[in-house]
Amino acid sequence: MRIPILKLHDCLLVSIQWELDDQTALQFQEDLLHKIHETSARGVVIDFTSIDFIDSFIAKVLGDVISMSKLMGAKVVITGIQPAVAITLIELGIRLEDVLTALDLEKGLEKLQRELED
Amino acid sequence: MDSCVKIINEWDIVAARQLGRNVAKDLGFGTVDQARITTAISELARNIYLYAGQGQVCIEKTEAVGKTGLIIISEDQGPGINDLRKVMEDGFSTSGGLGAGLPGVKRLVDEFTIESNPGEGTLIKAIKWLR
Ligand SMILES: Nc1ncnc2c1ncn2[C@@H]1O[C@H](COP(=O)(O)OP(=O)(O)OP(=O)(O)O)[C@@H](O)[C@H]1O
Ligand SMILES: [Mg+2]
Repeated sequence: MRIPILKLHDCLLVSIQWELDDQTALQFQEDLLHKIHETSARGVVIDFTSIDFIDSFIAKVLGDVISMSKLMGAKVVITGIQPAVAITLIELGIRLEDVLTALDLEKGLEKLQRELED
Repeated sequence: MDSCVKIINEWDIVAARQLGRNVAKDLGFGTVDQARITTAISELARNIYLYAGQGQVCIEKTEAVGKTGLIIISEDQGPGINDLRKVMEDGFSTSGGLGAGLPGVKRLVDEFTIESNPGEGTLIKAIKWLR
C-alpha cells in the first residue's frame, strides 16, 4: 500500500494512517521526492497522529527524507507525534534535531506558512 | 497460544511487533510501555532479518517474586557478534543504520542480556516489568 500525498497550494500534505512496514516507508520516501519535483512544492507536512511507535529504521527513513526534501528546496514539518512515541524515540537515542514540529496538522500548516514567508 | 514468530522476511517483523503489542495490551501495559515493547521487538526482529537471515522472536508472560512482566526472546543461528561491547555502543553499525538498535533496546526494557558466539548465533532476552 502506498501512502497518499495530497497537494494544497504550494504544500504537500501527508497523513500516515497505518503502521509502516519497511517497504511502505521506503516507497513513501521515493514518492514524496517525486511529488516535490513534480509539483515544485515548497513545504511538506507529515502527520503521525495515528502512529503508535517509531523504531530506528523508520526514524532513519524519516530523517533521510527530511534532509532529501531540504536538498530539493522543500521544508518539512512533522506533526502529531504521540507522547509514547516521543518518549521511546529519545530512549532509543534518536534525536530528530533541527526538525520543525507542531502539535497537529493545522498548527503544522501555520508553521510552514510562517517559515515560507521569511 | 502461539507466542513465537519466525523471522524470515520483512513482513515477519510487522507480525512480531503486532504479537508483542497484543500481548503487552493483554498484560495491562500502558501506552508508553506498549510503544517501548513494540519498538524493542521491531529492533530485534529487524536485526535477525538483516544480519542473521532468519531466526525467531518469542514473546511471553514472565513472573518473578511479586512481579509480572513480558519477556522477549530473540534467537538466531546466524553469524553471531564478535565484539559484544562494541555493538552495545550508540552509533555502532555495520550496515549504515543509526546503530541505535541494541543500545536503544537496552534502555527501553528493564532487563537485557545478550549471548553470542561467532559462527553460532545470537540469543537476546529482554524483560519489561509491569509497574
Ligand atoms: N542478530 C544479530 N546477528 C549478528 N549481528 C548482529 C545481530 N544484531 C546486531 N548485530 C550487529 O550489531 C550491530 C549493531 O546493531 P544495532 O541494532 O545496534 O544497530 P544497526 O542495526 O546497525 O542500526 P539500527 O538498528 O539503528 O538501524 C549491527 O550493525 C550488526 O553488525
Ligand atoms: Mg538494528
